[in-house]
Parts: sequence; C-alpha cells; structure tokens
Amino acid sequence: MSDNIRTVEHATCTFCGCVCDDMDLTVDMDAKRITKAKNACTLGRAWFAEHTIEDRPFALIDGKAATTEEAVEAAAQILVAARLPIIYGLSDTTCEAQRQAVAICDLMHGNIDTTTSVCHGPSGIAFQGVGESTATLGEIKNRADLVIYWGGNPAESHPRHFTRYAVTPKGRYVPNGRKDRYVVLVDVRRTPSAPVADLFIQIKPGHDFELLWALRAFVKGRKVDPNLAERTGVSLATMEDLVKRMKSCRYGVLFFGMGLTMTRGRHFNSGAVLALATDLNEFTHFVAKPVRGHGNVTGADNVVSWQTGYPFGVNFSRGYPRFNPGEYTTVDLLARGEADAAMIIASDPASNFPRPAIEHMKRIPVIALDTKPTDTTQLAKVAFTTSTYGINTSGTVYRMDDVPITLRPAFESPYPSDEEVLIAIKNRVRELLTKKRTRFPNLKVA
Amino acid sequence: MLRISNGRIYDPANGVNGAVRDICVNAGKIVAELPAAAKRIDAQGMVIMPGGIDIHCHIAGPKVNLARKLQPEDHRLDVHPGTAVTRSGTGGIVPSTFATGYRYAALGYTTAMEAAVTPIGARHVLEEFHDIPVIDKGFYVLLGNNVFLYDLLKAGRREDFRQAVAWWVNATKAYAVKLVNPGSDELWKGRRNANITDINENIDSFDLTPLDVIKAFIETVNDLGLPHPPHIHCNNLGRSGNYATTLDTMRAAEGRRAHIAHVQFHSYGGEPGKNPTSKGREIADYINNHPNITADIGQVMFGKATAMTADAPLAYLLRGISGNKWVNADTECESGCGIVPFTYHEKVYIHTLQWAIGLELFLLSKDPWRLVLSTDHPNGGSFMMYPRLIRLLMDRDFRNQEIQKVNQKAIRQTVLADKLDREYTLEEIAIITRAGPARALGLKDKGHLGVGADADVTIYDEHEDKEHMFSTPRYLIKDGVAVIEDHEFRCDHEGRVLHTAPAYDAAIENSIKPFFEDNYSIVFENYAVTDRYLHHHQVIPTVLER
Repeated sequence: MSDNIRTVEHATCTFCGCVCDDMDLTVDMDAKRITKAKNACTLGRAWFAEHTIEDRPFALIDGKAATTEEAVEAAAQILVAARLPIIYGLSDTTCEAQRQAVAICDLMHGNIDTTTSVCHGPSGIAFQGVGESTATLGEIKNRADLVIYWGGNPAESHPRHFTRYAVTPKGRYVPNGRKDRYVVLVDVRRTPSAPVADLFIQIKPGHDFELLWALRAFVKGRKVDPNLAERTGVSLATMEDLVKRMKSCRYGVLFFGMGLTMTRGRHFNSGAVLALATDLNEFTHFVAKPVRGHGNVTGADNVVSWQTGYPFGVNFSRGYPRFNPGEYTTVDLLARGEADAAMIIASDPASNFPRPAIEHMKRIPVIALDTKPTDTTQLAKVAFTTSTYGINTSGTVYRMDDVPITLRPAFESPYPSDEEVLIAIKNRVRELLTKKRTRFPNLKVA
Repeated sequence: MLRISNGRIYDPANGVNGAVRDICVNAGKIVAELPAAAKRIDAQGMVIMPGGIDIHCHIAGPKVNLARKLQPEDHRLDVHPGTAVTRSGTGGIVPSTFATGYRYAALGYTTAMEAAVTPIGARHVLEEFHDIPVIDKGFYVLLGNNVFLYDLLKAGRREDFRQAVAWWVNATKAYAVKLVNPGSDELWKGRRNANITDINENIDSFDLTPLDVIKAFIETVNDLGLPHPPHIHCNNLGRSGNYATTLDTMRAAEGRRAHIAHVQFHSYGGEPGKNPTSKGREIADYINNHPNITADIGQVMFGKATAMTADAPLAYLLRGISGNKWVNADTECESGCGIVPFTYHEKVYIHTLQWAIGLELFLLSKDPWRLVLSTDHPNGGSFMMYPRLIRLLMDRDFRNQEIQKVNQKAIRQTVLADKLDREYTLEEIAIITRAGPARALGLKDKGHLGVGADADVTIYDEHEDKEHMFSTPRYLIKDGVAVIEDHEFRCDHEGRVLHTAPAYDAAIENSIKPFFEDNYSIVFENYAVTDRYLHHHQVIPTVLER
C-alpha cells in the first residue's frame, strides 16, 4: 500500500436500492483502489473493492480498440441510420446521464426503457391503477411498529435494510428499536431473512394474490373461502392473526420484492399489496414500498417520468412520448424483431434476457456503455468503457424511497462518464439528423 | 437589441394604462433607448404586458412527479410533440417538465413558483427545474410541520428557531417559507390518520398549538426579511366553517406581512360535516381592510384537476368522496403528502359553490394588488384555464351566461346571484397576473416594464374574446430573447432559478446535526443542496440586504 491515502467521508454506495450514504472510504490514490469501506455491508464492500482502473481500450468498434471520439461517431451513425433505435438500461448510472439518454431518444424518435420493465415494472403499472400509500425510509425508522416483508430476501439482497432503516434502528417513536417492532416475513421458502422475523409465513408458490385478496377481505370484515387455506398453504387463523396485527398497529409497512412482481400475477400482485395498504388506512396509518434493486433504478423512473410523463417503456416514434408496456418494453421489442439498433447503458441484458431477445440483439448493431466487459459489450458493435458512478464520478441517485442523494467520488478514472459520452452522442446525432431532415441540405439560400 | 413599437402598454407598476409607446430591450433588460437600427417588432393593434407570474402552482418535485406517474390515461389524451427547437412531452392536468415550461410560455407567463417542497426533496425539484424551459422558477420550502423546528419552539429556543429557519432556506435553495396545515402531520402519521381541527389545540407530544407555530413563522420570516412573507396554507382547508380559522390565522399576523394561499378553499361557512356556505364577503372584507395581507385565489375551474398537497388528511378526505386512486407519501420529520385525481362538476352543489366563491372574492376585492390570480394548479384546475378565468372576470355577459349553466342552489348562496356588474379592466388583469404577484413576491425586476426590469414581455393580439386573446400571445420575449414569434417557438431558452439566502449563524448546525443522526435516514453532510443543482440562477436579496 502506498502512502498516498485519501479518505472520503459520507460517500454513497450505489450497489443496491438502499443507497446508503454513510460510507467512509479509505482510498489508495496510487493504486486507484478503495482499500476500506467503513459501514458497508458485504455487498457494498465487494462493490467498492472490485472497482479499480483496469487497462482497457476507451472503446471497441467491431472488437478493435478505438478512441472515445471514433466510437461516438460510429454510435451516432448507427442511431441515425436506424428506423427504430432503442435505448435500454439506465438503472446503474446517474440521473444526469439518464436525462441525456431521454434527450437522445426524443431527438431520434426512438424507444426508451429501463430495467424497471424487468423488475418492478408491474409495481409501476399497479401504481397507475390504484395509487400507493408510502413513506421515506426515515419515517419507517422513526415510527413503524409493524414491518412486513413480502416476496423478498433483504438479508442477502439489501443487507442494511434491516439494520439501517426498518428493523433494528431506534426511532423517535420506537425508542427501543427492534423490541418495539413486530416483524413478519412472507415467502415461498425459509430464506436467511426468516430468522429476523417474529413470524414467518410460508406461502405456496404462485398464490400470493389469493392470500393478499383474502387479507383484504378479512380487513373489510368479509367472509373468506375456507379452501384458501389449502390453496395458499396459510391457515385462516394465521391470516386473521396477521390482519388483527395490521389493524391494531400504529404505523405499519409492507415491503415487497420481486418474489411478488415477477411471479404469477405480476401487476395484480403489486396492485393487491398496494390496495391492502390503502385499505388499512381506514383503521390505522399504513404504507407500502417496493424494495428496489439497482442503485439508481428509482432515479431512472423519476427522470423518465418527469421528461415524458411515463416511468418506463416509452416510445417517441410519433415525435411525442407514448407508453405501452408489452409493446414498448425492451424484451418485447427485441423478441418481436422490431428494433433495428440498440444502445444499452449500464446494464447487461445479453446475460439475463430471454433467448429470443438475445438472438435479436446479435442480429442488430448494438452500442454498449459499461464500466466492465459484459456479455452485452461482447456482442456490441460499439462498446464504450466508462467510469463508475459513485466511485469515479459524481452525480445524483434516488434511493428506493425517492430521496435524492449526491454522490462523492473516491478517485478519478481516465475513462469518461456515461453522461459525457451521451452528451457527445447527442450532439453528433443532432448534427446528423439536421442534415437528414432538411430536404435540400446542400441548397444555399441567398 | 429589440424595439417594440406601436403597441398599447399595460404596466400598472409604472402607472402606464394603455398608452402607446416604445419598449426597448437590451441584454435581457428593459432600457431607455436604442439605436435606430435595432431590430423592431411592430405591435400595432397589440397589447403589451410584462410576462405573467404565477405565485402559487405545483409544477415540479416529488409529489408532482408521483401525480404525473399516476395518470398515464391523462397524458395519452393530450400529447405535446416536439419541434426543431423544442423538446416533446405530454400534457394533461400534470404535464411533463418540458411541456410545463413551453405551455406557460405559450400563455404569456415567464415566472412560476412551485408552492410546496419538502426540504429533503429540494434536490429533486431543482433537477426538474433544469428541465422546465423558458420560464424562471422558484419554490417554497415546507417548514410548518418540521419536527426539529417544533422541538426548538417547544423548548422556547426562539433565536435558534430563527437561525434554523434561515439555515433551511439556504440548505434547500428555496425562495420562500411555506406552512401547510401546521400541526396536522403528527396526528396524521402518529395517531391513526387523525387531523387537527382547532388551531388552539395542542399538537400531540409537543406543548405547542398550530397558532403558536403560525405566529412564530410570521415573526421569524418577517424578521429575516425574506422577499416573500410566510406563504400559509391554513388549517381546515375545504371544511365547512373554516373561514373562522382563516380569519384567526390572518389576525395572528398582527399587522405583519403574511400570504394566504388559495384563499377560496378557506372561505366556507356552515357546520363541519354539513354542506358549506359562502363566507367570501367576510374574507374579502378582511383582506380589503388589512394591507399586510396578500392572498391568491385558488379558483376552481370545472373539469379535470388533481388534488396534490402536503395536507395529507385533506387528500384522504377527497379520496373518500371521489373513490379515486390515492397516493399518500410521508416524508421523515418534514411533511405529509396526498394526491387524488379529481373532477369538478358544474351540477354539483359544492363544486359550484367553490367556483362561485372564487369569483366572489375576485369581484369583491378592492385591491387587486393583494388578491391575485391562481387556480392552485392543478388543485383547482390547470394553469391552462387562466385565459377562461380572465374572460369570466372581464366579460360580464359571458359570466352571467356561465352562471346559468351551473348549480343554482349554490349560486343563490353567493353574491353572484345579484348579477354583479363589475368587469376587470386590462389594467386590473395586468395587476392580478403580473404586477401584483411580483410585488407580493418582492421581485423588484419583474412584473413591470420600467427601465432596469427583466425583459420578460408578452405581446397579445387584441381581441374581443378575452379567452382567445390570453390563450395565444403573438410574441413572448424572455430575458430579451424573442422565444415566441407569430405564435411559434423560434428557439429554446433556459430560465433562471430564483432563490434567497438569508444570513444565519453557522453554529446552528451544531444543534441540527445530532438531530439528523437520530431522526433522519440520510447523513447530515449529504443533506444541504450544493450550487451545482442551480445551473442558471439568481439570488434575490432579502429586505435587510437591500
């Protein structure tokens, strides 16, 4: 270790949607490496430790090393030549970069979508249908005396969710912390999160909606089909006990994860959980909150919403934004073979999309912006190496509860940020489009 | 450089009432004279006013974005295509950011104030402001339910309270301080969705009443010399009999400046729980006789609206009425929030009464400088309804014809039944949409066309139909740039963020920081907004700094 050590206090970890902003980083400036991340969880420590400066080309065009400028030119040419260019990803970059991505899409009349469409997209759709009673995480820390997790495993996916925000911390109205709260976990199997709960409810896979709807019926004092116990694997007595606790708490919260949104029922499940929380407000104060995964997926939802009116799956083909999940969501556009160029930003769909979508990505020119080589950069015609948000570049991210936080970078990277690359692409696309859309580009007007 | 010739000028702040003279513009300001060769707009047959100023609207930030996300069905019906120089977007009752800026500009407005922002959401608002083109904008920071400030008041630490209020305005880059239903959040969040209904009632766990809070803010904000006095959303909004609370709140100012927001919603008589009656006359009389009070109307317009408010119990009440989808969003230590899509129907007694009380207040007002135009966009209706509202005020025959279409039982409760003769003049319209809001906001360079003013100028084709006239200005000059010419956008433009920076003793941070560690979920050092979020901005000096 060198002597050139810097510490960065109050830095933010962007690994997951918790976006903890209390990291104290020790940085070896010569090695360009974070050697210690105080307060980080296991996931956060790995995130900070892994991001170093590797000696990689600034860009690859057809697999050959290129400069950023050459790659910008190639990317702009691809986007301008396409009839339906699509932009996807965005959940692991700053809001500043996301703003530029929507601007490019607006210019070129393309399609923009974020990883929301494959995680909490159904919760976004449910929100549009029923609304949501929700809260910032500090409110839950200060007030929640009943905490329910449904279809998620925060012990492994969001380790500090329990310790920093929702279960163990002492709060203004829950001065004894964990002792003042009752914690429930609902899931299809006993995960490492189960020991944290006072009550673990094991539900049969694919029957969340039935259980949520039965709880709504109990809340409203209605009768429930006794066969539901057999179907959901949860006894009516357990349901009634849970409902009693929900109605009698002072401040209740329902956190829900992808176990609910990406299984049978999808947006019906999210809608049911949001409606249950809403119903409970007739009796007490109750909120619900999707537990979001990526560091700035919530920022992506916010930026795309304020610029277009819709949270994800937005199409500009007609010169204004239109929203239709299933039609303008990326998996569908690729699997149907409609997109003829793709720009993927801070995401790796080639490693996790359905096969027909990946097959189509191999047939069309793909532009990728990422900090590391991925399956997507491997198949890309143009791949940019960019710096890492929160480690090399500043910017804004939104925590899962919509609280915006400014990043404090630890050390500089020689690579440009996503925002810088996107601004350059935007400017070049604008130039090329102005020529293309002018009917007589070479005509001189006296 | 730009010279606007031959137009009729309405510039009430400078006593110009329809005179024909030249307006000269250079480097973003109004100037006395220009060389003869300067570019010229011939405004023959046109009416020239300063750019419009919206003193109270909801256009950016956490709650606005939730309301935007909530209503895809509304955007789909009202698309906003881009042009060679402007971005695209979507409209409806809560437009996207770009559409918001362009649409305000296309009505002749050049400044708008977002009226309710949680401190922790300030960064979000400023990010959205960056994407609201053309117009200048500022925001009011919600401090009226702030737990730390309540702790200080409870402990009698008034000097620390004053320092902390100033700190919060600086930390968020706010323009003014906003109170919303003070005291209600503790009951809403902490006592199973209860609300506070008496401003002399103790706020749970604090030895403090809403009236104490109101008085403390009026005193402190006036002492700090903020350009705009405390902007108060009174307790009991929308409830029958609430006019008494509104009068008590105004009396609490004891002669010091205070601004009462959307006062129409606070002018109801009758028994709580029963149908309201109008107390428009009582409220108008009080405001007429008390020059320390300014207010905006919060006019209801029939059609689609969205209730979006830091007054969470109110939104829950509206949800019960409409049965519509509902958003509640609690912000730690700072605020509540509720959102409900809502439609005002002309045949419904209460909706008509609200519409009529707004018009009553306008028509009974003796000082247009202090009772100014708003719809509390989008709570009473969209800002896009302003031209229609202006016609209701300027055109008696049109107004009487509209009165025939609505619930007559409600009309009989109000002075509108007397078929009032009053018609607002162009000068009065220029006051309630420009000069008045500028004065109430303490914006010395706005709302007028005197030498040294910001070159924000609107040029309307004169037209008998005032709704038509005010819907489509022919030219809009922003900071001296002709953004709209012949009804078309000729360029894009970035407006400024307006904020204020009262002096404070940095030692107050030693008190605030430990509170953060115990009560907030973000680190104190990451809370205050840095200048990088301001982009193009202007600090408006406090009264003490002038």
